[in-house]
Amino acid sequence: MMIQLDSLTFGYPQAPPVFQDFNWRAARGETWAILGPSGCGKTTLLYLLAGLRSPTGGRLLVDGQPLTRPRPHTGLILQEYGLLPWATVRENAELGLRVRGFYGPDGTHAPRDGSTAAHSVLPWLERLGLDALADKFPSQISGGQRQRTAIARTLALQPDLLLMDEPFSSLDAITRSDLQSLTLELCAEQDLTLVIVTHAIEEAAVMGRKILLLGEPPNTQAVIIDNPGAGSPDHQHSEAYTATCHDLRQRMEAA
Amino acid sequence: MKRRDVLLAALALAVFWEAASLLVNRPILPSPLTVIQVFVKELFVGDLMEHFAASFWRVLASMLLSVALAAPAGLVLGQSQRLNRIFSPIIYLLYPIPKVVLVPIVLLFLGIGDLPKIVIIFMILFFQILVLVRDQAAGLPPQLIQSVRSLGAGRRALFRFVYLPASLPAILTALRQSVGTAVAVLYIAELFATQRGLGYYIYFNGSTLLDYPAMYAGVMAMSLLGLGLYFSVDWMERRLCKWQFVE
Repeated sequence: MMIQLDSLTFGYPQAPPVFQDFNWRAARGETWAILGPSGCGKTTLLYLLAGLRSPTGGRLLVDGQPLTRPRPHTGLILQEYGLLPWATVRENAELGLRVRGFYGPDGTHAPRDGSTAAHSVLPWLERLGLDALADKFPSQISGGQRQRTAIARTLALQPDLLLMDEPFSSLDAITRSDLQSLTLELCAEQDLTLVIVTHAIEEAAVMGRKILLLGEPPNTQAVIIDNPGAGSPDHQHSEAYTATCHDLRQRMEAA
Repeated sequence: MKRRDVLLAALALAVFWEAASLLVNRPILPSPLTVIQVFVKELFVGDLMEHFAASFWRVLASMLLSVALAAPAGLVLGQSQRLNRIFSPIIYLLYPIPKVVLVPIVLLFLGIGDLPKIVIIFMILFFQILVLVRDQAAGLPPQLIQSVRSLGAGRRALFRFVYLPASLPAILTALRQSVGTAVAVLYIAELFATQRGLGYYIYFNGSTLLDYPAMYAGVMAMSLLGLGLYFSVDWMERRLCKWQFVE
Protein backbone atom coordinates (compact mmCIF):
# COMPACT_ATOMS: atom_id res chain seq x y z
CA MET A 1 0.00 0.00 0.00
CA MET A 2 1.44 3.37 -1.00
CA ILE A 3 -0.85 5.57 1.08
CA GLN A 4 -2.80 4.54 4.11
CA LEU A 5 -4.93 6.86 6.24
CA ASP A 6 -6.37 5.26 9.37
CA SER A 7 -8.96 7.37 11.20
CA LEU A 8 -6.98 10.43 10.30
CA THR A 9 -8.02 13.66 11.96
CA PHE A 10 -6.66 17.06 11.09
CA GLY A 11 -7.75 20.58 11.84
CA TYR A 12 -6.21 24.01 11.92
CA PRO A 13 -6.19 25.79 15.29
CA GLN A 14 -9.45 27.54 16.16
CA ALA A 15 -11.34 25.93 13.28
CA PRO A 16 -13.49 22.86 12.89
CA PRO A 17 -11.56 19.77 11.75
CA VAL A 18 -10.99 19.36 8.03
CA PHE A 19 -10.76 15.58 8.34
CA GLN A 20 -12.30 13.47 11.07
CA ASP A 21 -11.78 9.71 11.38
CA PHE A 22 -10.99 9.67 7.72
CA ASN A 23 -9.92 6.40 6.10
CA TRP A 24 -8.39 6.11 2.66
CA ARG A 25 -5.98 3.81 0.90
CA ALA A 26 -4.14 4.14 -2.38
CA ALA A 27 -2.14 1.28 -3.86
CA ARG A 28 1.23 1.55 -5.55
CA GLY A 29 1.08 2.62 -9.19
CA GLU A 30 -2.45 4.02 -9.02
CA THR A 31 -3.34 7.43 -10.39
CA TRP A 32 -5.66 9.38 -8.13
CA ALA A 33 -7.40 12.68 -8.60
CA ILE A 34 -8.64 14.49 -5.52
CA LEU A 35 -11.59 16.65 -6.49
CA GLY A 36 -13.59 19.12 -4.48
CA PRO A 37 -14.67 22.74 -4.18
CA SER A 38 -12.28 25.29 -2.66
CA GLY A 39 -12.03 25.01 1.09
CA CYS A 40 -12.80 21.28 1.11
CA GLY A 41 -9.34 20.36 2.36
CA LYS A 42 -7.83 18.88 -0.79
CA THR A 43 -4.64 20.91 -0.59
CA THR A 44 -4.45 20.17 3.13
CA LEU A 45 -4.63 16.46 2.33
CA LEU A 46 -1.83 16.83 -0.17
CA TYR A 47 0.33 18.71 2.35
CA LEU A 48 -0.34 15.94 4.87
CA LEU A 49 0.76 13.34 2.29
CA ALA A 50 3.85 15.44 1.54
CA GLY A 51 4.81 15.53 5.20
CA LEU A 52 4.51 19.31 5.37
CA ARG A 53 1.67 19.05 7.92
CA SER A 54 1.13 16.45 10.65
CA PRO A 55 -2.19 14.79 11.48
CA THR A 56 -3.69 15.81 14.81
CA GLY A 57 -5.07 12.30 15.25
CA GLY A 58 -5.03 8.89 13.64
CA ARG A 59 -2.36 7.42 11.41
CA LEU A 60 -0.91 8.40 8.08
CA LEU A 61 1.43 5.88 6.47
CA VAL A 62 3.24 6.38 3.19
CA ASP A 63 4.92 3.25 1.88
CA GLY A 64 4.24 1.67 5.26
CA GLN A 65 6.07 4.37 7.22
CA PRO A 66 4.56 7.11 9.37
CA LEU A 67 5.56 10.57 8.15
CA THR A 68 7.42 12.99 10.36
CA ARG A 69 8.82 15.20 7.61
CA PRO A 70 8.94 15.28 3.80
CA ARG A 71 9.96 11.90 2.50
CA PRO A 72 12.88 11.71 0.05
CA HIS A 73 10.94 9.56 -2.40
CA THR A 74 7.88 11.81 -2.60
CA GLY A 75 7.78 14.55 -5.21
CA LEU A 76 5.55 17.61 -4.81
CA ILE A 77 4.55 20.02 -7.56
CA LEU A 78 2.52 23.11 -6.74
CA GLN A 79 0.46 25.40 -8.90
CA GLU A 80 2.90 28.29 -8.99
CA TYR A 81 5.89 29.89 -7.29
CA GLY A 82 7.63 26.53 -6.97
CA LEU A 83 10.72 27.64 -8.85
CA LEU A 84 13.51 29.81 -7.48
CA PRO A 85 13.25 33.08 -9.43
CA TRP A 86 17.00 33.69 -9.19
CA ALA A 87 18.02 30.31 -10.60
CA THR A 88 18.03 29.20 -14.23
CA VAL A 89 15.96 26.31 -15.55
CA ARG A 90 18.96 24.01 -15.20
CA GLU A 91 19.75 25.21 -11.67
CA ASN A 92 16.12 24.84 -10.66
CA ALA A 93 16.01 21.32 -12.06
CA GLU A 94 19.19 20.51 -10.13
CA LEU A 95 17.90 21.93 -6.86
CA GLY A 96 16.63 18.64 -5.42
CA LEU A 97 19.89 16.89 -6.21
CA ARG A 98 21.88 19.78 -4.74
CA VAL A 99 19.81 19.69 -1.55
CA ARG A 100 20.59 15.98 -1.31
CA GLY A 101 24.25 16.60 -1.97
CA PHE A 102 24.15 19.27 0.75
CA TYR A 103 23.12 16.76 3.39
CA GLY A 104 24.62 13.60 1.95
CA PRO A 105 22.69 10.31 2.02
CA ASP A 106 21.45 10.59 5.60
CA GLY A 107 18.11 8.84 5.17
CA THR A 108 16.28 11.91 6.50
CA HIS A 109 16.76 14.55 3.83
CA ALA A 110 18.01 12.17 1.17
CA PRO A 111 17.59 8.41 0.74
CA ARG A 112 20.34 6.29 2.23
CA ASP A 113 20.41 4.12 -0.85
CA GLY A 114 21.71 5.32 -4.17
CA SER A 115 24.23 8.01 -4.93
CA THR A 116 23.00 11.57 -4.55
CA ALA A 117 25.01 13.87 -6.72
CA ALA A 118 25.91 11.45 -9.50
CA HIS A 119 22.65 11.93 -11.39
CA SER A 120 22.41 14.47 -14.09
CA VAL A 121 19.30 16.46 -14.86
CA LEU A 122 20.22 16.78 -18.52
CA PRO A 123 18.31 13.68 -19.69
CA TRP A 124 15.26 15.03 -17.87
CA LEU A 125 15.61 18.46 -19.44
CA GLU A 126 15.81 16.78 -22.82
CA ARG A 127 12.88 14.47 -22.09
CA LEU A 128 10.75 17.47 -21.13
CA GLY A 129 11.92 19.57 -24.07
CA LEU A 130 13.75 22.11 -21.91
CA ASP A 131 17.33 21.64 -23.08
CA ALA A 132 17.24 24.78 -25.23
CA LEU A 133 15.94 26.81 -22.26
CA ALA A 134 18.43 25.51 -19.70
CA ASP A 135 20.03 28.92 -19.12
CA LYS A 136 16.82 30.96 -18.99
CA PHE A 137 15.33 32.27 -15.77
CA PRO A 138 11.75 31.38 -14.77
CA SER A 139 10.56 34.90 -15.62
CA GLN A 140 11.72 34.37 -19.20
CA ILE A 141 9.74 31.22 -19.95
CA SER A 142 6.05 30.36 -20.23
CA GLY A 143 3.88 28.91 -17.49
CA GLY A 144 3.87 25.51 -19.18
CA GLN A 145 7.66 25.52 -19.42
CA ARG A 146 7.87 26.46 -15.75
CA GLN A 147 5.75 23.47 -14.79
CA ARG A 148 7.89 21.26 -17.03
CA THR A 149 10.91 22.50 -15.09
CA ALA A 150 9.18 21.65 -11.82
CA ILE A 151 8.42 18.18 -13.17
CA ALA A 152 12.04 17.70 -14.29
CA ARG A 153 13.27 18.76 -10.87
CA THR A 154 10.98 16.29 -9.15
CA LEU A 155 11.57 13.33 -11.44
CA ALA A 156 15.35 13.79 -11.25
CA LEU A 157 15.00 12.64 -7.64
CA GLN A 158 13.49 9.34 -8.81
CA PRO A 159 10.36 9.51 -6.69
CA ASP A 160 7.83 6.71 -6.32
CA LEU A 161 4.99 9.03 -5.28
CA LEU A 162 4.13 12.19 -7.16
CA LEU A 163 1.86 14.77 -5.53
CA MET A 164 0.50 17.64 -7.58
CA ASP A 165 -1.56 20.60 -6.38
CA GLU A 166 -3.56 22.12 -9.24
CA PRO A 167 -0.40 22.03 -11.35
CA PHE A 168 -2.02 23.02 -14.62
CA SER A 169 -4.78 25.39 -13.58
CA SER A 170 -3.03 28.58 -14.69
CA LEU A 171 -2.15 27.21 -18.13
CA ASP A 172 -4.01 27.63 -21.40
CA ALA A 173 -6.15 24.72 -22.56
CA ILE A 174 -3.75 23.24 -25.10
CA THR A 175 -0.67 23.43 -22.87
CA ARG A 176 -2.74 21.97 -20.05
CA SER A 177 -3.86 18.96 -22.01
CA ASP A 178 -0.29 18.44 -23.31
CA LEU A 179 1.08 18.41 -19.80
CA GLN A 180 -1.73 16.19 -18.54
CA SER A 181 -0.86 13.51 -21.12
CA LEU A 182 2.85 13.95 -20.48
CA THR A 183 2.34 13.50 -16.74
CA LEU A 184 0.30 10.32 -17.22
CA GLU A 185 2.89 9.03 -19.67
CA LEU A 186 5.74 9.69 -17.25
CA CYS A 187 3.86 8.12 -14.36
CA ALA A 188 3.34 4.93 -16.36
CA GLU A 189 6.94 4.98 -17.56
CA GLN A 190 8.45 5.53 -14.10
CA ASP A 191 5.87 3.38 -12.29
CA LEU A 192 4.79 6.33 -10.12
CA THR A 193 1.83 6.60 -7.83
CA LEU A 194 0.13 9.87 -8.71
CA VAL A 195 -2.10 12.00 -6.53
CA ILE A 196 -3.28 15.15 -8.25
CA VAL A 197 -5.47 17.75 -6.59
CA THR A 198 -7.87 19.68 -8.78
CA HIS A 199 -11.05 21.70 -8.60
CA ALA A 200 -11.88 20.97 -12.25
CA ILE A 201 -14.19 18.05 -12.93
CA GLU A 202 -12.76 17.49 -16.40
CA GLU A 203 -9.21 17.35 -15.12
CA ALA A 204 -10.17 14.80 -12.46
CA ALA A 205 -11.85 12.66 -15.10
CA VAL A 206 -8.84 12.91 -17.42
CA MET A 207 -6.14 12.24 -14.84
CA GLY A 208 -7.59 9.98 -12.14
CA ARG A 209 -8.23 6.32 -12.68
CA LYS A 210 -9.68 6.71 -9.23
CA ILE A 211 -11.23 9.91 -8.01
CA LEU A 212 -11.51 10.89 -4.36
CA LEU A 213 -14.31 13.38 -3.92
CA LEU A 214 -14.11 15.74 -0.95
CA GLY A 215 -16.87 18.03 0.26
CA GLU A 216 -17.55 20.61 2.95
CA PRO A 217 -15.38 19.85 6.00
CA PRO A 218 -15.31 17.85 8.14
CA ASN A 219 -14.68 15.02 5.69
CA THR A 220 -15.47 11.78 7.44
CA GLN A 221 -15.88 9.31 4.63
CA ALA A 222 -13.87 8.80 1.47
CA VAL A 223 -16.15 9.04 -1.56
CA ILE A 224 -14.38 7.17 -4.35
CA ILE A 225 -15.39 7.04 -8.00
CA ASP A 226 -13.76 4.53 -10.33
CA ASN A 227 -12.73 5.89 -13.68
CA PRO A 228 -10.78 3.02 -15.26
CA GLY A 229 -10.54 4.59 -18.69
CA ALA A 230 -8.35 7.51 -17.56
CA GLY A 231 -4.97 7.55 -19.27
CA SER A 232 -6.04 5.61 -22.33
CA PRO A 233 -5.58 7.50 -25.61
CA ASP A 234 -9.19 8.21 -26.58
CA HIS A 235 -10.61 8.47 -23.11
CA GLN A 236 -11.66 12.10 -23.49
CA HIS A 237 -13.88 11.24 -26.43
CA SER A 238 -15.47 8.18 -24.80
CA GLU A 239 -18.93 7.85 -23.37
CA ALA A 240 -17.44 6.68 -20.09
CA TYR A 241 -15.63 10.01 -19.74
CA THR A 242 -18.81 11.98 -20.36
CA ALA A 243 -20.68 9.81 -17.90
CA THR A 244 -17.98 10.25 -15.23
CA CYS A 245 -18.04 14.02 -15.66
CA HIS A 246 -21.80 14.04 -15.42
CA ASP A 247 -21.73 11.85 -12.32
CA LEU A 248 -19.09 14.02 -10.65
CA ARG A 249 -20.99 17.20 -11.43
CA GLN A 250 -24.18 15.84 -9.92
CA ARG A 251 -22.38 14.65 -6.80
CA MET A 252 -20.67 18.01 -6.34
CA GLU A 253 -23.92 19.91 -6.82
CA ALA A 254 -25.69 17.63 -4.36
CA ALA A 255 -23.03 18.17 -1.70
CA MET B 1 23.22 53.38 -19.15
CA LYS B 2 26.00 53.37 -21.72
CA ARG B 3 29.58 53.86 -20.58
CA ARG B 4 30.15 56.35 -23.38
CA ASP B 5 27.26 58.53 -22.19
CA VAL B 6 28.62 58.58 -18.65
CA LEU B 7 32.04 59.67 -19.94
CA LEU B 8 30.46 62.38 -22.05
CA ALA B 9 28.51 63.63 -19.05
CA ALA B 10 31.72 63.76 -16.99
CA LEU B 11 33.40 65.72 -19.76
CA ALA B 12 30.48 68.15 -19.98
CA LEU B 13 30.63 68.77 -16.23
CA ALA B 14 34.38 69.42 -16.46
CA VAL B 15 33.83 71.94 -19.25
CA PHE B 16 31.13 73.64 -17.19
CA TRP B 17 33.49 73.76 -14.19
CA GLU B 18 36.29 75.25 -16.32
CA ALA B 19 33.96 77.90 -17.69
CA ALA B 20 32.72 78.74 -14.20
CA SER B 21 36.27 79.04 -12.87
CA LEU B 22 37.20 81.40 -15.72
CA LEU B 23 34.11 83.44 -15.05
CA VAL B 24 34.52 83.64 -11.27
CA ASN B 25 38.27 84.11 -11.57
CA ARG B 26 39.01 83.81 -7.84
CA PRO B 27 41.25 81.36 -5.91
CA ILE B 28 38.21 79.72 -4.28
CA LEU B 29 37.25 78.16 -7.63
CA PRO B 30 40.38 76.78 -9.32
CA SER B 31 40.27 75.26 -12.79
CA PRO B 32 39.68 71.50 -13.01
CA LEU B 33 43.03 71.12 -14.76
CA THR B 34 44.85 72.66 -11.78
CA VAL B 35 42.87 70.49 -9.39
CA ILE B 36 43.66 67.31 -11.30
CA GLN B 37 47.35 68.17 -11.25
CA VAL B 38 47.27 68.84 -7.52
CA PHE B 39 45.19 65.71 -7.00
CA VAL B 40 47.80 63.51 -8.67
CA LYS B 41 50.66 65.24 -6.86
CA GLU B 42 48.96 65.06 -3.44
CA LEU B 43 48.07 61.44 -4.06
CA PHE B 44 51.57 60.23 -4.87
CA VAL B 45 53.83 62.84 -3.26
CA GLY B 46 51.61 64.28 -0.53
CA ASP B 47 49.51 62.39 2.00
CA LEU B 48 46.16 62.34 0.18
CA MET B 49 46.46 58.59 -0.36
CA GLU B 50 46.76 58.02 3.37
CA HIS B 51 43.62 60.06 4.07
CA PHE B 52 41.79 58.32 1.27
CA ALA B 53 42.76 54.92 2.68
CA ALA B 54 41.56 55.94 6.16
CA SER B 55 38.16 57.01 4.83
CA PHE B 56 37.86 54.01 2.55
CA TRP B 57 38.59 51.63 5.40
CA ARG B 58 35.95 53.30 7.59
CA VAL B 59 33.22 52.96 4.96
CA LEU B 60 34.24 49.45 3.99
CA ALA B 61 34.37 48.24 7.59
CA SER B 62 30.94 49.68 8.32
CA MET B 63 29.52 48.15 5.14
CA LEU B 64 30.82 44.71 6.08
CA LEU B 65 29.72 45.07 9.68
CA SER B 66 26.22 46.22 8.78
CA VAL B 67 25.71 43.43 6.22
CA ALA B 68 26.98 40.87 8.73
CA LEU B 69 24.53 42.03 11.42
CA ALA B 70 21.54 43.44 9.54
CA ALA B 71 21.08 40.68 6.97
CA PRO B 72 20.62 37.83 9.48
CA ALA B 73 18.45 40.05 11.68
CA GLY B 74 16.32 40.99 8.68
CA LEU B 75 15.94 37.34 7.71
CA VAL B 76 14.83 36.40 11.22
CA LEU B 77 12.33 39.26 11.42
CA GLY B 78 11.03 38.50 7.95
CA GLN B 79 10.40 34.89 8.89
CA SER B 80 8.98 35.36 12.35
CA GLN B 81 5.79 37.38 12.55
CA ARG B 82 5.95 37.30 16.33
CA LEU B 83 9.43 38.84 16.53
CA ASN B 84 8.56 41.32 13.82
CA ARG B 85 5.54 42.46 15.82
CA ILE B 86 7.82 43.16 18.77
CA PHE B 87 10.60 44.89 16.87
CA SER B 88 8.85 46.70 14.05
CA PRO B 89 7.61 49.62 16.22
CA ILE B 90 11.17 50.10 17.47
CA ILE B 91 12.53 50.05 13.93
CA TYR B 92 9.71 52.34 12.85
CA LEU B 93 10.87 54.91 15.42
CA LEU B 94 14.60 54.57 14.89
CA TYR B 95 14.74 54.20 11.10
CA PRO B 96 13.81 57.80 10.13
CA ILE B 97 16.07 59.51 12.71
CA PRO B 98 18.79 61.33 10.77
CA LYS B 99 21.77 59.45 12.15
CA VAL B 100 24.10 62.37 11.45
CA VAL B 101 22.72 64.26 14.46
CA LEU B 102 24.00 61.44 16.63
CA VAL B 103 27.60 62.18 15.59
CA PRO B 104 28.43 64.31 18.68
CA ILE B 105 26.90 61.73 21.01
CA VAL B 106 28.73 58.81 19.44
CA LEU B 107 31.96 60.80 19.59
CA LEU B 108 31.40 61.55 23.28
CA PHE B 109 30.94 57.89 24.04
CA LEU B 110 33.49 56.30 21.74
CA GLY B 111 36.09 59.06 21.65
CA ILE B 112 38.71 59.34 18.95
CA GLY B 113 39.88 56.74 16.48
CA ASP B 114 38.11 54.80 13.76
CA LEU B 115 35.43 53.18 15.89
CA PRO B 116 33.01 56.13 16.29
CA LYS B 117 33.12 56.84 12.53
CA ILE B 118 32.48 53.22 11.70
CA VAL B 119 29.62 53.06 14.20
CA ILE B 120 27.90 56.13 12.73
CA ILE B 121 27.95 54.82 9.16
CA PHE B 122 26.98 51.41 10.47
CA MET B 123 23.82 52.88 12.01
CA ILE B 124 22.76 54.31 8.65
CA LEU B 125 23.43 51.16 6.64
CA PHE B 126 22.14 48.78 9.30
CA PHE B 127 18.56 50.04 9.22
CA GLN B 128 18.44 50.27 5.42
CA ILE B 129 19.60 46.67 5.03
CA LEU B 130 17.49 45.40 7.91
CA VAL B 131 14.26 46.83 6.51
CA LEU B 132 14.87 45.74 2.91
CA VAL B 133 15.99 42.22 3.81
CA ARG B 134 13.10 41.84 6.23
CA ASP B 135 10.55 42.82 3.60
CA GLN B 136 12.20 40.60 1.02
CA ALA B 137 12.16 37.59 3.36
CA ALA B 138 8.56 38.25 4.39
CA GLY B 139 7.56 38.49 0.75
CA LEU B 140 8.81 35.04 -0.22
CA PRO B 141 5.77 33.02 -1.32
CA PRO B 142 5.03 30.20 1.15
CA GLN B 143 4.59 27.88 -1.83
CA LEU B 144 8.25 28.39 -2.71
CA ILE B 145 9.37 27.46 0.79
CA GLN B 146 7.06 24.43 0.82
CA SER B 147 8.26 23.11 -2.51
CA VAL B 148 11.90 23.44 -1.52
CA ARG B 149 11.11 21.73 1.78
CA SER B 150 9.43 18.94 -0.15
CA LEU B 151 12.74 18.40 -1.96
CA GLY B 152 14.23 17.45 1.39
CA ALA B 153 15.51 20.84 2.51
CA GLY B 154 15.69 21.41 6.24
CA ARG B 155 16.52 24.68 7.94
CA ARG B 156 20.14 24.80 6.80
CA ALA B 157 19.42 23.95 3.16
CA LEU B 158 16.55 26.46 3.11
CA PHE B 159 18.96 29.11 4.31
CA ARG B 160 21.57 28.16 1.72
CA PHE B 161 19.25 27.72 -1.26
CA VAL B 162 16.41 30.14 -0.54
CA TYR B 163 16.97 32.78 2.13
CA LEU B 164 20.56 33.66 1.29
CA PRO B 165 20.04 34.14 -2.47
CA ALA B 166 16.72 35.88 -1.80
CA SER B 167 18.28 38.45 0.51
CA LEU B 168 21.26 39.20 -1.72
CA PRO B 169 19.43 41.68 -3.98
CA ALA B 170 17.95 43.40 -0.92
CA ILE B 171 21.40 43.79 0.64
CA LEU B 172 22.90 45.18 -2.54
CA THR B 173 19.96 47.54 -3.18
CA ALA B 174 20.23 48.83 0.37
CA LEU B 175 23.96 49.40 -0.01
CA ARG B 176 23.55 51.11 -3.37
CA GLN B 177 20.86 53.42 -2.04
CA SER B 178 22.68 54.38 1.14
CA VAL B 179 26.34 54.44 0.21
CA GLY B 180 26.05 58.11 -0.85
CA THR B 181 24.56 59.08 2.51
CA ALA B 182 27.22 57.01 4.23
CA VAL B 183 30.05 58.95 2.57
CA ALA B 184 28.32 62.26 3.33
CA VAL B 185 28.02 61.39 6.99
CA LEU B 186 31.60 60.16 7.01
CA TYR B 187 32.63 63.67 5.95
CA ILE B 188 30.84 65.17 8.95
CA ALA B 189 32.25 62.55 11.30
CA GLU B 190 35.78 63.15 10.08
CA LEU B 191 35.58 66.84 10.94
CA PHE B 192 35.84 65.92 14.62
CA ALA B 193 38.47 64.29 16.75
CA THR B 194 40.68 62.95 14.01
CA GLN B 195 43.63 63.92 11.86
CA ARG B 196 43.12 61.23 9.28
CA GLY B 197 40.47 60.91 6.61
CA LEU B 198 39.23 62.94 3.67
CA GLY B 199 36.82 64.98 5.78
CA TYR B 200 39.70 66.22 7.89
CA TYR B 201 41.87 66.74 4.79
CA ILE B 202 39.26 68.87 3.04
CA TYR B 203 38.53 70.95 6.11
CA PHE B 204 42.17 71.41 7.06
CA ASN B 205 43.25 72.50 3.57
CA GLY B 206 40.25 74.73 3.06
CA SER B 207 40.01 76.47 6.43
CA THR B 208 43.48 76.36 7.95
CA LEU B 209 45.97 76.22 5.11
CA LEU B 210 43.71 78.04 2.64
CA ASP B 211 45.16 75.74 -0.04
CA TYR B 212 42.10 75.67 -2.27
CA PRO B 213 43.40 73.42 -5.06
CA ALA B 214 44.30 70.82 -2.40
CA MET B 215 40.88 71.24 -0.83
CA TYR B 216 39.30 70.60 -4.20
CA ALA B 217 41.56 67.56 -4.66
CA GLY B 218 40.14 66.26 -1.38
CA VAL B 219 36.59 66.93 -2.55
CA MET B 220 37.44 65.06 -5.73
CA ALA B 221 38.84 62.14 -3.75
CA MET B 222 35.72 61.95 -1.63
CA SER B 223 33.51 62.08 -4.72
CA LEU B 224 35.55 59.30 -6.29
CA LEU B 225 35.18 57.27 -3.10
CA GLY B 226 31.39 57.58 -3.23
CA LEU B 227 31.27 56.96 -6.97
CA GLY B 228 33.61 53.98 -6.72
CA LEU B 229 31.56 52.36 -3.99
CA TYR B 230 28.35 53.01 -5.88
CA PHE B 231 29.71 51.52 -9.08
CA SER B 232 31.13 48.51 -7.24
CA VAL B 233 27.80 47.71 -5.64
CA ASP B 234 26.05 48.27 -8.95
CA TRP B 235 28.50 45.92 -10.65
CA MET B 236 28.03 43.27 -7.99
CA GLU B 237 24.28 43.56 -8.34
CA ARG B 238 24.50 42.98 -12.08
CA ARG B 239 26.82 40.04 -11.62
CA LEU B 240 25.19 38.33 -8.67
CA CYS B 241 21.55 39.10 -9.40
CA LYS B 242 21.49 38.46 -13.14
CA TRP B 243 17.89 37.31 -12.96
CA GLN B 244 16.75 40.82 -12.10
CA PHE B 245 18.17 42.26 -15.29
CA VAL B 246 16.83 39.80 -17.86
CA GLU B 247 14.04 40.74 -20.22
